[in-house]
Amino acid sequence: MIRTDKLTKRFRSLTAVDAVDLDVQRGDIYGFLGANGSGKTTTVRMLLGLVLASSGSIEMLGAPMPKSGHEVLPRVGALVEGPAAYGHLSGRANLMLLDASGAPGPRRTRPDRVAEALALVGLDAVGKRPVKAYSLGMRQRLGLAGALLRQPELLVLDEPTNGLDPQGIREIRNLLLALNERGTTIFLSSHLLAEVEQLCTRVGVIDRGRLVVQDSLKSLQAPTGRTVVHTPDVASAVGILNGRVVHADGERLVVQSSDPASLNALLVEAGVRINELAPERRSLEQVVLELTGSGSDRVSSR
Amino acid sequence: MIGIELQKLFRRPRTWMTIVLLDALPTVVAVLLATTHVGPRPGQGPAFLSAVLANGSLFAVAALAIVLPLFLPVAVAVVAGDSVAGEAQSGTLRYLLIRPVGRTRLLVAKLASVFVFVVVSVVIVAGTGFLVGRALLGNQPLSSAVVSVSGTALTPMQIVWRTLLAIGYVAFSMLGVAAMALFLSTLTDSPMSATLGALAFLIGSSLLLTLDAAKALQPYLPTRYWLSFVDLFRDPMLLRNVERGVALQAVYVAVLLGCAWANFMTKDVKS
Repeated sequence: MIRTDKLTKRFRSLTAVDAVDLDVQRGDIYGFLGANGSGKTTTVRMLLGLVLASSGSIEMLGAPMPKSGHEVLPRVGALVEGPAAYGHLSGRANLMLLDASGAPGPRRTRPDRVAEALALVGLDAVGKRPVKAYSLGMRQRLGLAGALLRQPELLVLDEPTNGLDPQGIREIRNLLLALNERGTTIFLSSHLLAEVEQLCTRVGVIDRGRLVVQDSLKSLQAPTGRTVVHTPDVASAVGILNGRVVHADGERLVVQSSDPASLNALLVEAGVRINELAPERRSLEQVVLELTGSGSDRVSSR
Repeated sequence: MIGIELQKLFRRPRTWMTIVLLDALPTVVAVLLATTHVGPRPGQGPAFLSAVLANGSLFAVAALAIVLPLFLPVAVAVVAGDSVAGEAQSGTLRYLLIRPVGRTRLLVAKLASVFVFVVVSVVIVAGTGFLVGRALLGNQPLSSAVVSVSGTALTPMQIVWRTLLAIGYVAFSMLGVAAMALFLSTLTDSPMSATLGALAFLIGSSLLLTLDAAKALQPYLPTRYWLSFVDLFRDPMLLRNVERGVALQAVYVAVLLGCAWANFMTKDVKS
């Protein structure tokens, strides 16, 4: 659905995006992770033809961008760096205007389309209030409604849950999962690791303009070959395991073993009581922190 | 797209506020003239003001002459300066471009809506001027002859035609400012800077017009022929300066729109 080849953007001497090769496949929920200022938004803008690449190429829905934008973009819904609307008009009026501009939908069904999109994001009862009286979360929902107007094949969402409360975040997450189930591919950029971890099937991490990893979430979170054991009988456990304990921290032991079942059997047989035993998995946070430096909004001499 | 831009423009309270303010100044002038009966001496002050005491119908043209040097260009610069930069500032520009609205189409639609704004405001100013003039100042029957600037009499039909011509000319004269503001509007994400930039351009031009040392430049200054619509009320009509004014505006509009287009097509939209 999205494929870039050595996509690069230079702003004078600053290389904001450096030879990025994205590969987003049909049906993915792709999490595009990166710290603030790492080049996420610039990449998203290049995909949509807002910022022109310095070099490299983009293919979206099988056609080159930005050259085929007039064919590709009507099949894409997007939320770029926060929602935007005309503050003096109501949410509904804003969507009516948006639907009428650029590759417009049929005029006859416009009110239905707008009503449907508003209902999807939970704004159907908002009435005639102008957008300038909306809360941040409502604006975010309105932005999403705009992206969903045309039932796009591909959704490109930049920080979609920004400004939403926990309930709202869960609601939007469920909405995205439902859309994905119906065949919408979702490209979601975020700096919220938890959000990506809960939602995405594939992950790309960008750090200072470079794509440092791109893989399925499953293989990024593959077991580490160690097992975490919680036991009140630390001393006897350490004795039995005989040098395989990599790390001990109170009642928590990290044991070199990729087979939790036999480890459990061994300990129980020896009369060691066990509270909890599980294979160690790396969290997405660990993966990302290992691969990236500090965020670029940190300005220090080190 | 043009229809959508017009909707945006005319559903905005600010647009109507601007037009109301534009109308306020000539109305104040009319009230003052009607209560004091002190007109400027012939040849001084805004064009036609000395004539309107005798015939209120001419106040339509006088109203145009009152707003033309400053009020009208300010209003046009505000609207045109806001056209692209305002969308950039509010963030709606990126959502328009990814619908996708082609950049050229957007620019053309913006220009067209600014032009419609100019025409609507000029017509409203002239219309208000006519009504206010008839109501407050001398309201001879419409059929009576009016004295032209040259001193001979013009028939009411002639006056109507020439007033319409003057409205057209004034509107066209504003296109240079509109094009300048539109160009600056594609350069910056701040509507205020675009508007002030376009006004600086006009003030610079008006200043150089008063400077004898700038004589060689004067035929090319954008505001040089603005007030030449007065020539339309001479008998016979003196078209030389009006024609030059139209040609000069056309050149400014073409060059500035070319710049606006070239800049906007290759611009990284980062707002």
